[in-house]
Amino acid sequence: MFNFPEKLEFSIAGIIDAIVEWILTNLDGLFDLISTIIVYVFYYVETFLNYIPWWVMILLVIYIGYRLYHVGMGLVLGLLLFLIGVFGLWEMMIYTLAIVLISVVVSLLIGIPTGILMAKNKRFEKILLPILDAMQTMPSFVYLIPAVMLFGLGKVPAVFATTIYAIPPVIRLTFLGISNVDKEVREAGMAFGSTPFQLLFKIELPQALSTIMTGVNQTTMMAMAMVVISSMIGAEGIGEEVLVAIRNLEVGRGFQAGFAVVFLAILLDRLLQGTTKKLQGGDDA
Amino acid sequence: MKKVKRKNKIEVENLQLIFGKGRAKQKAIKMVEAGATNEEIREETGCAVGIRNIDLNIKEGELFVIVGLSGSGKSSFLRCFNKLNHPNRGEIRIDGEDILSYDKNQLQELRRHKIGMVFQHFGLLSHRTILDNVAYGLEVQGIEPESRKEKAYEANKIVGLEGWEDYYPHQLSGGMKQRVGLARAIATEPEVLLMDEPYSALDPLIRRDMQNELLNLEEYIDKTIVFITHDMNEAFKMGDRIALLKDGEIVQKGKPMEFFDDPRNDYVRDFIADVDKGQVLKAKQVMDDVDVDFKANDSRSEVLSTLEDENMKVGFVVDENNKLIGRVTLDNVKTSRAKTIKDLIETDIQSFYRQRFIKEILPLVGETDYSVPIVDSKNRLRGTINKEVIINALI
Ligand SMILES: Nc1ncnc2c1ncn2[C@@H]1O[C@H](COP(=O)(O)OP(=O)(O)OP(=O)(O)O)[C@@H](O)[C@H]1O
Ligand SMILES: [Mg+2]
Repeated sequence: MFNFPEKLEFSIAGIIDAIVEWILTNLDGLFDLISTIIVYVFYYVETFLNYIPWWVMILLVIYIGYRLYHVGMGLVLGLLLFLIGVFGLWEMMIYTLAIVLISVVVSLLIGIPTGILMAKNKRFEKILLPILDAMQTMPSFVYLIPAVMLFGLGKVPAVFATTIYAIPPVIRLTFLGISNVDKEVREAGMAFGSTPFQLLFKIELPQALSTIMTGVNQTTMMAMAMVVISSMIGAEGIGEEVLVAIRNLEVGRGFQAGFAVVFLAILLDRLLQGTTKKLQGGDDA
Repeated sequence: MKKVKRKNKIEVENLQLIFGKGRAKQKAIKMVEAGATNEEIREETGCAVGIRNIDLNIKEGELFVIVGLSGSGKSSFLRCFNKLNHPNRGEIRIDGEDILSYDKNQLQELRRHKIGMVFQHFGLLSHRTILDNVAYGLEVQGIEPESRKEKAYEANKIVGLEGWEDYYPHQLSGGMKQRVGLARAIATEPEVLLMDEPYSALDPLIRRDMQNELLNLEEYIDKTIVFITHDMNEAFKMGDRIALLKDGEIVQKGKPMEFFDDPRNDYVRDFIADVDKGQVLKAKQVMDDVDVDFKANDSRSEVLSTLEDENMKVGFVVDENNKLIGRVTLDNVKTSRAKTIKDLIETDIQSFYRQRFIKEILPLVGETDYSVPIVDSKNRLRGTINKEVIINALI
């Protein structure tokens, strides 16, 4: 009487399994290719980051912090990075950073054009909005499963899951930024005979820039969060350190790694926000 | 000697614009034909009527004002001229070409070279400096940075923005911003300037300055201007001719004086009731058109017969650029034996700048019976005026 009738129960798990199964058998080559590309790119990014001496990287952060804000901010950001090294997590941080960077870049490469398309095409917008809503409420762990099925364990599924998880904000805010360009401003662009291409690159994107940058920032922060979780599917980095600490119930070690994640996140956030401000130039009305 | 007739720059015929789609729009069109009001149509079909039906000619070099209450369809109409709106019926011819049938490339050319537009809320690009804003139209044309910079500087200078080139729009006052809007519109040297309530967002004082500046500028830049306002005083102050719009139709159109002399109905009468004639009427609005002008080497006998045929006491003589040289009076032409009128021309005569308020001209006209010529800033003959006309205009 009070229980949901069993007759009406129907699991969609089987359908999703079937879809994944189908993809695995039929699109195997494609995923191999993607996998190979990610491995290569990861290798080069990580090698490059490791190639920079630690003190150069810290000085660089101090300098950028100074240019974007002021000396104080530069020193604080440099200190955060320094502390990660002091915790003994430098190499792990590089690994994590590499995954985040790659995921964010892929998110932007896919997300910004998608957002533009949404703003230009009502039908596309109607299809995509609910999907984005779903993606943003879906528990992040769920993405790990198809990632593992498609790419096995390691950094490749981590990049995949992180990208999927982190992409909604940049799509949404690109869409929002372009839709919200002042009607008269857009019309002015048209009235002077801009091509659609000119309208996009000379008016809409620059006008939407600060909104898009907010999206980039959010995407980066979400990637930071996901990259830790994806240590569960074999990604190394700071996340792994957290995972090990959980398994061994080492509270101190866990928090130390946690702080390292927070420091890296703050660092990225401030650098991005500062860049946004600089890019806006005179437009702070 | 020639009959003076100024060319039509823009001809609008049978124009109709209804906002809507598909079947609802078809129904709305039928309802317009059947004479339903805009309100009825909106309730019945959900479609807004922008323009019901408009026929209109705008002459070359004219400052034409479209005036009407909010929602009367002014913007809807203006935005058809560069096809920001797509009318569902009718023609708009600019220099004789129907622009509504233009394809994408022709439209782009039209927007890039022939028509400039100024917006009520300026429509400036906040991410660009003033100079780069002004240069926008040139930039999309693909003009080299150096030469577009030069042209943008030039346009800036014309509107009085010298020295502001490197500022950003948010650093400027409203009046300044609208100067940028104007500079941007004239930088591409268009032949037609569309202005949609350009001064409505400005304070009254700044507004008056901007109006006067535009009137002076108009002389200088020599363009056909279509100017929109909801303010009757502004309409009468600015317009060479005016069209009063109501619910997507023209209630009355013509020279400012025609509205006072012969208001079509009570709606027009109401509309002009608040206009302060002394403050707004200028020579150009009150003057008579020049029907015939003369050249120095016209034959005397032909001039004589023309003057008599046209019942004119005086004729004005211009050079090949239409610049005023002087006048010949009927009496002199009649009594002379000369072959041409060359030696009969009186060159030392009074003339008035067409932007002067008639209130100021009145005491200067004196007791002469003859008409006085009205000229533009380049001393070209644009019309004639006499004491009687002025007094009639002011009462
Ligand atoms: N893009 C549009 N879509 C639907 N209806 C519109 C659109 N633009 C204008 N309208 C409608 O057309 C009618 C005329 O509007 P329009 O903007 O041309 O008036 P206006 O005379 O310029 O008024 P205002 O002084 O307020 O600017 C109004 O009923 C308006 O609601
Ligand atoms: Mg309007």
